[in-house]
Amino acid sequence: MPSNLDTENQLVKSLTDQFKNKIKTEYVKHNRIKISTNQDNLKSLATSVKELGFEQVISHGGTDYPDNNVFRIEYHIICVSKKKLRSIMFSIMTEISKDTPEIETLIDIFPSAEFHEQETYENFGITFTGHPRMEKLLLPEDWDDIPPLRKDYILPGRG
Amino acid sequence: MQNAAMNIEDKGGDQLVLHVGPQHPGSGHFRIIVTVDGDYIVGAKPDPGYVHRGAEKMAEYRDYIQNIPHLERPVIIDATGVTLPYVLTAEKIIDVEAPDRAQYIRMIMAELNRIISHLYWLGIYGIFLGHSTMFMWPMGDRELFIDLAESIGGTRVTFSYVVPGGVRNDMPTNFKERALKTFDYFEKRIEEYKKIFFNNPLMSARTEGIGTMDKKDAIRLGITGSNLRACGIDSDTRKDETYCLYDRVDFEIPTRKEGDSYARCIVRLEELQQSMNIMKQVFDLIEPGPIKQVIGGVMRGEPGEAFVRTEAARGTMFYHIVSDGEKNPYRVKISVPSFRNLIGMTHLLVGSRLADMPAIYWSLDYWPVEADR
Amino acid sequence: MVNDPTLNLLVGKASDILDNTLEKNVREPIRFLVNWGRLYSLWPVHLETACCSIEFGAASGPRHDVERFGMLEAFGSLRQCDVLVVQGTVTRKMAPRMKWVYEQMPEPKWVIAMGACAISGGLYMDSYNVLQGVDKIVPVDVYIPGCPPRPETLIQGIIELQNKIRKSKV
Ligand code: SF4
Repeated sequence: MPSNLDTENQLVKSLTDQFKNKIKTEYVKHNRIKISTNQDNLKSLATSVKELGFEQVISHGGTDYPDNNVFRIEYHIICVSKKKLRSIMFSIMTEISKDTPEIETLIDIFPSAEFHEQETYENFGITFTGHPRMEKLLLPEDWDDIPPLRKDYILPGRG
Repeated sequence: MQNAAMNIEDKGGDQLVLHVGPQHPGSGHFRIIVTVDGDYIVGAKPDPGYVHRGAEKMAEYRDYIQNIPHLERPVIIDATGVTLPYVLTAEKIIDVEAPDRAQYIRMIMAELNRIISHLYWLGIYGIFLGHSTMFMWPMGDRELFIDLAESIGGTRVTFSYVVPGGVRNDMPTNFKERALKTFDYFEKRIEEYKKIFFNNPLMSARTEGIGTMDKKDAIRLGITGSNLRACGIDSDTRKDETYCLYDRVDFEIPTRKEGDSYARCIVRLEELQQSMNIMKQVFDLIEPGPIKQVIGGVMRGEPGEAFVRTEAARGTMFYHIVSDGEKNPYRVKISVPSFRNLIGMTHLLVGSRLADMPAIYWSLDYWPVEADR
Repeated sequence: MVNDPTLNLLVGKASDILDNTLEKNVREPIRFLVNWGRLYSLWPVHLETACCSIEFGAASGPRHDVERFGMLEAFGSLRQCDVLVVQGTVTRKMAPRMKWVYEQMPEPKWVIAMGACAISGGLYMDSYNVLQGVDKIVPVDVYIPGCPPRPETLIQGIIELQNKIRKSKV
């Protein structure tokens, strides 16, 4: 395995130059970069990541941390058109409070996130402001329980 | 439903809302609500979720080994394609690595499964274009590859064969000879497929120039797999970010420029040949050795996370596992190619004719069970 | 209107009455004839519910070819179908649709539950969105175990169904 992290470090550096202490580099590994920020800066960070050449959201999801009372929201972004960046997966992450599960949508920057965000909405109850279709996608229309991927939802038969 | 009804009002009355599926010969386990104006589709709203079984939640209640069978079910046609990335992710979390021989066998299984899946798709595409022969032929030839996979994995489609640390059992000794014989036969069949289906004027009339996706749109919307490669982008995870030992074999990435339904079909047909080429090389490279790194006791991960993507039959399969050190994963996120291609379907259908709908829908190789998880 | 569930019931009742009133020596040949006609032209509904559908598809392929046993390919309209093969998991979203489909089929009709999921929830016994066994919403005639059942098992199930039809009323 080549462990040359030049490209990765360069990318991170260009972002830290721009955002200074508004972002935090979680880790830089071979082909993996993870950067966290607070809720307000997520959108501008996403814009900058897109300017670096990362163009598709390959995955977006949330994780529930009931102990800290937060949802962690992550976007994993890849590049398909530029040979040099193709091997890298860029993750941006933010945490939002469970009391006000609301965050601005990123679909105007990454249209590919549309269904992913809808899925996060129904699975965690996180509202994406500005998303045109905040409605059920995979769950049945008459779902009235708490969103299933929250940790306090216990599977039937496992309680 | 409400959205569709609103569309009618907006556009002035001449429109009709059609619900295609879930009980419809051309839809599978999936519904799409299309608004048509005369013969043209002016609005399309997919309604997936008919096979949503909550795999992500269930994965939090099972340990790393128990998770394999039920995570395999969503893409039962491409069973290795969906379990391989899971196992690779789990291996990162538990910190084991499979020996070389196991990696090669995984590659063989993954490629066999790619062929099995593509042939199933080809059969279905044939029948929905009204070409019964093209249903029978690939379905028949698919059985030969199922036989090969069965001789390794033990069952017809659900192998649960790849496990953290390696693979479950070794290949049979005469596997290479049997496989090469099948490949010889199948290479001739590909020519016949071309003759009867791909070079058939009826087929090209129904697919050429239909459902054309622009390169820019494909990138913007997050299209993946063969559908992306049909738009002229030679992105393939096997090359972009190699896993297993794909860097030791040499293969081409078939691409097309046109981006229409026909291009998507041809790309998949060429991928069949490439998969066989990969396997032939693997047969030469593979050496005797251990097939599994035995892990004692219950598998427990270090607290942390890992994400892995691989190239499954339909495109890039992505797994993200968060572990908190317990024996069950804390969170498993699966991002499947069909789900990401869904947005492309909406994009392609709007503006095309209703009669072209099956040609477009099936050319994307959308597998609803996979998309819903 | 032919597919109206109430009318369906009526047809069912009428055949019951016919069956009960006929003399035994008249009834047997009529039964035989009618059931013989039904036996070998089973039209399955094209309702895929989950992953078992690929083995259903494989069974119509050239290697297994269920058509030789009198099960046709699943490309007909609902109005001519008489077998509903539940191909795997039925989710909460699919369940009402499946019931509608069942109600729209004309009498006489049979249901095959294919796969562990359709029988009891199977692998998804603790999932939040899966119906634990289709016999909760539609009456099932034949259960075919397996995950997924091999095409051979499906064929055996179909033969079992035919045996059942052979003995049924007019
Ligand atoms: S029984 Fe198995 S193969 Fe069939 S639907 Fe259920 S999980 Fe899928």
